[in-house]
Amino acid sequence: MSSSFSTTDLNVRNQRNERLFKLLFGLITATLILPVVIIIGTLIVKSEGTLTWAFFTEDPTNGMTEGGIFPALVGTLWLVAVALIASVPLGVAAAIYLSEYAKDNWLTRLINLAIINLAGVPSIVHALFGVGAFVLFFNFGTSILAASLTMAVMTLPVVIVSTRESLQAVPQSFREACWSMGATRWQTIWRIVLPNSISGILTGVILEVSRTVGETAPIMFTGAAFFLPFLPSSVFDQTMAMSLHLYVISTQVPHVPEGLPYGVALTLILIVMVLNSVSIAFRTYLRGKKKW
Amino acid sequence: MVTANPTTERVEKLAIEDLTIRYGDTVALDSASFKVFENEIFGIIGPANSGKTSFLRALNRMNEMTTGMTVDGVVRFDGTDVRDWRDVYALRSRIGVVFPLPVGLPLSIYDNVALSPRLRGIKSRAELDTIVEQCLTRAALFDEVKDRLDSLGSLLSGGQQQRLTIARALSQDPELLLLDEFSIAVDPVTTMRIEDVLKDLKQELTIVLVSNLVRQARRLADRTAFFLGGELVEVGETEALFTGEVKDSRTTDYLEGRFG
Repeated sequence: MSSSFSTTDLNVRNQRNERLFKLLFGLITATLILPVVIIIGTLIVKSEGTLTWAFFTEDPTNGMTEGGIFPALVGTLWLVAVALIASVPLGVAAAIYLSEYAKDNWLTRLINLAIINLAGVPSIVHALFGVGAFVLFFNFGTSILAASLTMAVMTLPVVIVSTRESLQAVPQSFREACWSMGATRWQTIWRIVLPNSISGILTGVILEVSRTVGETAPIMFTGAAFFLPFLPSSVFDQTMAMSLHLYVISTQVPHVPEGLPYGVALTLILIVMVLNSVSIAFRTYLRGKKKW
Repeated sequence: MVTANPTTERVEKLAIEDLTIRYGDTVALDSASFKVFENEIFGIIGPANSGKTSFLRALNRMNEMTTGMTVDGVVRFDGTDVRDWRDVYALRSRIGVVFPLPVGLPLSIYDNVALSPRLRGIKSRAELDTIVEQCLTRAALFDEVKDRLDSLGSLLSGGQQQRLTIARALSQDPELLLLDEFSIAVDPVTTMRIEDVLKDLKQELTIVLVSNLVRQARRLADRTAFFLGGELVEVGETEALFTGEVKDSRTTDYLEGRFG
């Protein structure tokens, strides 16, 4: 036995490196957080006094240089809701098929590859597809329906991927135990797989909503309007939307008071933050109830 | 011990004829042929990778649920080739399976045992209550869990979960019970309790017991098959094998712990 607890040069070097890398990665992380802090800080400071109750409940007035954002807020809710109604059932069904029914062969792998690639298509391309398919071919015109379907097509791959991952997180041994009792695949999915992956699926959906709220390109040519003094009454109407409204008052309209765009931007970020918080709280709650 | 010519009295439950199982080009089991009789415990012993689990999967056609496993040859269940069963789910519901690592489904203890009856369409609470109590009692678990049937089955201890899965298999009211190295995650005392349960169950059903414990097979099995590297080396009366009436020297070597 050599003397056991004396410090060698190697130990010294290891400890120095340990401190060095911890500091380095810590600094990089801090630098990355900085822009977020600056953005939110600027928005809060510059939008001071804008976010009143009236701001959320009144129509824009005087060429959108005064008043509130009520129609845009309502329009965004319409767009997101209709997009969800279209994308969630389809996406979840496709994910269930791919995860639970499809055999692992070249066709399945090709489809999976296509879905991943589809998620990488730029949103402006989806926007043009939406114009061609929903506005013109299906003749929905520029409407909530066309805009929402465009967003649905855009978010489908993400819904499929996140749902599939939640389903795959359920241990295979549960399925085998269920099948060996004589359960069909559907009985197994309904009684075991879905109840144990629903938290992941819903979390994915909520995150999807928060992404959809801020999208501008896909709705710009398909259903979102520059200015509309009234609320949509059906999915075949056009509507104002938060994201487009921000773009419009920041770049297209003269003499907008400085606080207004900052207020709209802060509202958008708040919506996203609230949705993400709900999603995180929900996930934590359901993880606490994790059953295996 | 049955003394008078045993083969004529026994009813054939399973007949395996030239059963070959492959994973791609790898042969997991090579043309095995043997019979399993009603109301016996049929032991299968052999080292890892000798085709024991693959054999069990071929019995209830689980190979159809995953890709890559191909089965040739014939498995007769009550005289009918399992592949001729029109309803594979009905076939599986008659075969209870217990896995090496206990699989407590993420349901309550009650729902774990009530799952199979519910799949069969039983809805009456009273009827389900009876089945659950009966099966848990027969699996020697009821007294330990009767006050918390609503708590999660997947949070029981390993030994309790394994008895829960046995109760779940019994809730299928199976004719055939497949046990795949059931005692791997179970303490010795619980193992002995389960073994006692199995000896009783033999009166009502047929049991195929895959075991990595040679002595467990000796304690329980009426007849035993020895698998080695995908080959069925030998099958015979358990006592005969252990007392040296073997045809192949590899069997003696394995039983006496010289390899494996």
